[in-house]
Amino acid sequence: MEIPYTIKARPDTGLINAKLGIWLFLASEVMLFGALFSSYILLRVGAVEWPHHVLDVPLATVNTAVLITSSITMVMSWASLMMKDFKKYKIYMGATILLGFVFLTIKYFEYSHHIQIGEIPSKSTFFAIYFTMTGLHMLHVIGGMIVNSYFWGPGSKMWKTEPERFTNRIEVAGLYWHFVDLVWIFLFPVLYLL
Amino acid sequence: MEGNHSHDHELGFWRKYVFSQDHKVIGIQYGFTSLLFLLFGFTLMMVMRWQLAYPGQPIPIIGSWLGDDRAPQGIMLPEFYNQLGAMHGTIMVFLGIVPLAVGAFGNYVMPLQIGAPDMAFPKLNMMSYWVYFMGGVTMLTSFVMPGGAANSGWTSYPPLSDIATIGQTVWLIGMVFLITSSLLGSVNFIVTIVQLRAKGLTFMRLPFFVWAQFVTSFLLLLAFPPLEAAGVLQLMDRLAGTSFFLPSGLVVTGQPLNVSGGGSPLLWQHLFWFLAHPEVYVLILPAMGIVAEVIANNTRKPLWGYKSMVYAAIFLGFMSFIVWAHHMFMTGMGTIISTFFQTTTMIISIPSIIILTALFISLWGGSIRFTTPMLFALAFLPMFGIGGLTGLPLGLSATDIPLHDTYYVIGHFHYVVAPGTIFALFAGIYYWFPKLTGRKMNETLGRIHFFGSFVCMNAIFMPMFIVGLAGVSRRLWDGGAQYAHAQPVLHWNEFMSHGAWALGVFQLFFIFNLFWSIRKGKKVEENYWHATTLEWATPTPPPHGNFLTAPEVFRPPYEYSVPGAKRDFTPQNQRMEA
Amino acid sequence: MELTHAEDIKKHVRVYITVFVTLLALTIITVTISYFNLSVVPAIIAALIIASVKGSLVASYFMHLISEKKIIYAALSLTVVFFLVLIFVPLLAMSDRIH
Repeated sequence: MEIPYTIKARPDTGLINAKLGIWLFLASEVMLFGALFSSYILLRVGAVEWPHHVLDVPLATVNTAVLITSSITMVMSWASLMMKDFKKYKIYMGATILLGFVFLTIKYFEYSHHIQIGEIPSKSTFFAIYFTMTGLHMLHVIGGMIVNSYFWGPGSKMWKTEPERFTNRIEVAGLYWHFVDLVWIFLFPVLYLL
Repeated sequence: MEGNHSHDHELGFWRKYVFSQDHKVIGIQYGFTSLLFLLFGFTLMMVMRWQLAYPGQPIPIIGSWLGDDRAPQGIMLPEFYNQLGAMHGTIMVFLGIVPLAVGAFGNYVMPLQIGAPDMAFPKLNMMSYWVYFMGGVTMLTSFVMPGGAANSGWTSYPPLSDIATIGQTVWLIGMVFLITSSLLGSVNFIVTIVQLRAKGLTFMRLPFFVWAQFVTSFLLLLAFPPLEAAGVLQLMDRLAGTSFFLPSGLVVTGQPLNVSGGGSPLLWQHLFWFLAHPEVYVLILPAMGIVAEVIANNTRKPLWGYKSMVYAAIFLGFMSFIVWAHHMFMTGMGTIISTFFQTTTMIISIPSIIILTALFISLWGGSIRFTTPMLFALAFLPMFGIGGLTGLPLGLSATDIPLHDTYYVIGHFHYVVAPGTIFALFAGIYYWFPKLTGRKMNETLGRIHFFGSFVCMNAIFMPMFIVGLAGVSRRLWDGGAQYAHAQPVLHWNEFMSHGAWALGVFQLFFIFNLFWSIRKGKKVEENYWHATTLEWATPTPPPHGNFLTAPEVFRPPYEYSVPGAKRDFTPQNQRMEA
Repeated sequence: MELTHAEDIKKHVRVYITVFVTLLALTIITVTISYFNLSVVPAIIAALIIASVKGSLVASYFMHLISEKKIIYAALSLTVVFFLVLIFVPLLAMSDRIH
């Protein structure tokens, strides 16, 4: 017996297995980042003083725009596959990966600047939580980029043999990528603006 | 993620037995690995109990093997006792019970009981096992680190754990592996139960065992991530010099710590217990699931109150997320928040009582078969009852004051987990053994195992209430010998230790029975127990893909002694009479 | 996974672009507000409201949550409840202390 509902949805739930799977995984990620946001709140409320204007807001704003743009290119890559346009898929997915690199590059400059002037995690609970939250987020970005690169490169061969299954995979990868964007949408104001 | 290869021809040895994607092979892998860890964790405790019975005496036989940094001249150092304590708890909970209850039983039985060919994500399932294995190896290697294994309790409270020896860092890394394994597994379980149920198998026709695994998986999915976050924060404290959990002004052996301070030890406690409370329901729910199956089968009648049990299990799962700070009553919390947690804790006892009561009432009017699995399942009921009832004074803040961190607590939770969950797991092994092997385990050896274990469990854990009520704290390397208030109850230590060592002897009957019966056990017919649930409708042992044709379900799960039926059981996949 | 027709997808694309522009606009707004130096509480409220709107747009349209199935909503609602517990209850516990 084959495992059912990998490509066609189960009638009563209306879902394919991977769709439910990724949403459940994202639910666990909400709790993971939620715990870090909770830690942020407790540390800040318990702190005697909390630094302001020590982070590069313009740079992070650019990064926010970068991730938002990568989110639309990601969903467009899936939409292209739904419209059977593999070439467009490659362009949009490639753009998504490129924008990921831009995000990482900007983060690299941000981090190195802080480290150079001694603003390291051990300096204060502010920098501790800043590096930890953005660092964990960054690891998630890297993970997503690895998956996306696989689907842009060797994994894209599946389009020729099982196009529907491949399209589902891109949708699932997209859900993960949008979630990474979503976390940043909250991280950015909390760490940089408040 | 992938449709499975159903007609896989010759898989090599490694793909078939080691890196298998078949849930049954993975379930057996989890089973043997977790049983080994249970044995190891039990051994740690047997060594601890020597020190508690005879503080300062050289440990016989193995004392000389331990080396001077653990037991110079065979006499256990307090530092080593602390390692044994922390690792006993960690190994039993995270490497033993949960992998056995969920990884082994859940993996093997659940897909069969829902009529599925395998788990929804077989590759992910395989990865879950191997990540668990890596976590286990990591935990074990902590023993050989300089300074030994983790020694700040299984609860790893900072500031102590922040400044503890390297073994603590290894513990944290091990936990990251184990939590990852758990998360992957819980996604798999939930998707499998939702998506791969056979035709006609509605949610309210699921065996209670499957409901228990379903709720358990949600607990693991949503409660573990905060501990993962906390683990990352503690790793940052230990490796990157941060002060997430280090308050300002901390002085260690006369020297102020050179850190930024500003952190909160209570932050760790909140994040830890946010997981660790739901974790105890992870420990008990699969056990209740197994007991339900065994009782229904051995009373030859349907479970009483199936619907109530299901709703109770769901309510229990939900409530388990909002009681955690009853572990923190002594941290200076105010009356409002304390009242909140006391209230939710009292409320959460209700669903447990409903489930236990329904199981008790299920016995009424039954035609009871006192098979070995049934003996363990029956004993579970009062043992879990004692465990649950003794939790009540702990859940009320005022009565918790004299009891917190005493042996009373240890007695309470061991009653629930040891003659509670572990008995249920034994019941499950004896019960499903014929499914895996086509043979039965020896009944005489099973009875010796049962009666011996039952007596010894009570001998070990009942006195703990006495010792705890006298005020003896837990985690004392000499069992309280230096305290005046402990003197009247100290003699119990020796008694409990002998109970523990005797318990060890009785497990030998089980270990021998298990391995001997695999080869030489009496061969039995298909569906030896005459059970109604779907796992018994496959060949024995079930082939890859489980069912020869996709099963269809027409009935509720416990159609035993249906009036007018030919036999005293009617399988779920038996069509209704025309 | 139902295969929607190309026209439906084109409609979706228009929605995606609208959402994209809105997200960029809201980003500029939230950064601008931060330069107003509001006091703590209004600043937090403003920032979180805008972030929530942005997040909802990403979830509803990019992640197609607005047309998802009941089981997904159920799992996510449960998650949201526990997320809020995790955010607020430790905070309340820390504030309500014996001094």
